[in-house]
Amino acid sequence: MAGTAASDREQRILGIIETARAKRPKFRDDRITMAHGAGGKATAALIEGLLLPAFASPALDELGDAGVVTVDGTALALTTDSFVVKPIRFPGGSIGELAVNGTANDLAVAGAKPLALTLSLILEEGLEAGVLRDEIEAIARAAEAAEVTIVAGDTKVVERGHADQMYICTTGMGRVDPRAQLSPRGLQPGDRILVSGSIGEHGTAIMLARGEFELGATVESDTRPLWPAVDALLDRAGPALRCLRDATRGGVASVLNELARASGVAMLVREAAVPVPPMVAGAAELLGIDPMHVANEGVLVAIVAPEQADAALEALRAAPGGAQAAEIGEVKTSPSGMVLVETAFGGKRVMDQLVGDPLPRIC
Amino acid sequence: MKFVDEFRDADFGRTLAAEILATVGPGHHYKLMEVCGGHTHSIYKYGIDDLLPENVELVHGPGCPVCVIPMGRVDDAIAVAHEPGVIFTCFGDMMRVPGSNGTLLEAKARGADVRMVYSPLDALRIAKQHPDREVVFFAIGFETTAPSTALTLRRARAEGVGNFSCFCNHVTIVPPLRALLDSPDLRLDGFIGPGHVSTVVGARPLEFIPADYGKPVVVSGFEPVDILQSVLMLLRQLADGRCEVENQYRRVVPYEGNLKALEVMAEVFELRPHFEWRGLGFISQSGLKLSEAYAELDAELRFAVPGVRVADPKACQCGEVLKGVIKPWECKVFGTACTPERPIGTCMVSSEGACAAYYNYGRFARERELV
Repeated sequence: MAGTAASDREQRILGIIETARAKRPKFRDDRITMAHGAGGKATAALIEGLLLPAFASPALDELGDAGVVTVDGTALALTTDSFVVKPIRFPGGSIGELAVNGTANDLAVAGAKPLALTLSLILEEGLEAGVLRDEIEAIARAAEAAEVTIVAGDTKVVERGHADQMYICTTGMGRVDPRAQLSPRGLQPGDRILVSGSIGEHGTAIMLARGEFELGATVESDTRPLWPAVDALLDRAGPALRCLRDATRGGVASVLNELARASGVAMLVREAAVPVPPMVAGAAELLGIDPMHVANEGVLVAIVAPEQADAALEALRAAPGGAQAAEIGEVKTSPSGMVLVETAFGGKRVMDQLVGDPLPRIC
Repeated sequence: MKFVDEFRDADFGRTLAAEILATVGPGHHYKLMEVCGGHTHSIYKYGIDDLLPENVELVHGPGCPVCVIPMGRVDDAIAVAHEPGVIFTCFGDMMRVPGSNGTLLEAKARGADVRMVYSPLDALRIAKQHPDREVVFFAIGFETTAPSTALTLRRARAEGVGNFSCFCNHVTIVPPLRALLDSPDLRLDGFIGPGHVSTVVGARPLEFIPADYGKPVVVSGFEPVDILQSVLMLLRQLADGRCEVENQYRRVVPYEGNLKALEVMAEVFELRPHFEWRGLGFISQSGLKLSEAYAELDAELRFAVPGVRVADPKACQCGEVLKGVIKPWECKVFGTACTPERPIGTCMVSSEGACAAYYNYGRFARERELV
């Protein structure tokens, strides 16, 4: 058979697809579906196709976890996040704790020590005061642990059925650390890919807590402040630290794809090196989900220049929750914008972002 | 993970790959069809292609349950989902399959109460939780999933859950295989037989393939080692001039099938005279509907189902992909107009669909070195 001709044509078609994929996605849907909130390709189309063009903001165009504003020479990081997790309490945490850590972590991975938060509560008519009180206490505890102050807030109540118990929005501000020189566009071939802990726990915890699968296992959410890990990384790796990302919705896979596209590099992940707890691996296997696509609330991805990779890994391992931190792969030149996985079986495959998420409302 | 990792052992895989290389005849080109979408998914997920010699080609078959659902049935599902008071339940992948006017996911955004379930029993539970609502389960799949639907219906009837019904789209594996083998544009040397289907129906119903068509079959498991071993068993049959049904997946598949499962299926379902398959057209006696005894739980009788046949989109070549006539990337719209984000064809939706598996996992050809 004409093997070469066929593979030439295949290459050409793959090339066309890559070109199309590298373009900014368009937002063409008639209505919002749950997929737009899942952190995958549909979310990217909404953000890059509708929001970015409308606001024409260079800080926003960076698509970082936080935007940077410079005031009288001081670089401040600013970010905001809404929390609609269902159920509001789950093993290892609750919506209140998530609302503090989620926003504080977006600042931390921008290289900024979180300083202050604002807090907006949207409450459903009929919500039990005890439930609210518990969450307020959880917020206070988490803020204390993360060393942030809540400096402003708002409360709204909507009719029964128009919200699900409670939603929380937090906005955070932090000072960008002078040691941090982070940019999603700064990745170099040869850089190492690190994760700060075992992956997939938060998404799995929520999935199991909903009781839809009747799996007799409990996995605890990994929600925790990431600033201590970032602080340690900045200390040990300093300017060798290229970029940090909080691997929340869409998991580690989405973060790596975003970075590969932003820097025009390839990433190679060694599947066998990725720390996945046995319970998470088991649940993912049963449900046909890749743990790399499952959300985390206390795991960051760090891209580090090779000469400081070992020191960075050591720093991560010494940080809270970092015992399982690992180097999982390497930045390559080509194929640009793609993430590839070397399977434990010895083959290679593409690891793309998901379109949507089988699991809505995880944070 | 115990009982899983053993079947993903890279060293064993390399040993099998070496044996495969020693078995292939020089100058021969072997075309083997993996029948199941589950196999297709594994082949791409683990990069099994990378371990096979160049003259062993794997051709993807029709056994992806989501891929074979025609557009008209999706339209019917959406119509039922929009009926007042209905909670429409289905597997996650089905929510993104396009009908002629959008998907179930879009119907949900327009106000239909569509919920994803992982099992028909979840749908039944929803029905019990909402006695004031009509709960419909969108049943799809081959003989693999049909017994769980059958058991759920049996339980619904026994417990008198009057607000539960089933929109049945179950299909059987033998008729499409026969249709494939009868099709003139196909040249195959053997089949990696359906593993999960065979746990229910056994390996015996596949005997017509060697008997009537002279092609060997090896019923295979889904782990990478299973698939490589099945390829080796097929090549050995071809080298020895044998032609029979062999069972690689003996740890799960009894040759005679699962009699209890077959019994409950026989009680709950009966064959439809015809059923339409995506891209393959109408195939006689290939679909299941609820039997007379279960007619009261049949959503097609309970609701006004439009039942309009919708032609596949012109650009879509899912039929040829399902028959293994073309590779996913040879389709005119693959990866450009038809992507996992905006699928035109069903093969691009399910993770077991050949196009989605190739797009998501395999889009990196072997020749391209990573630098």
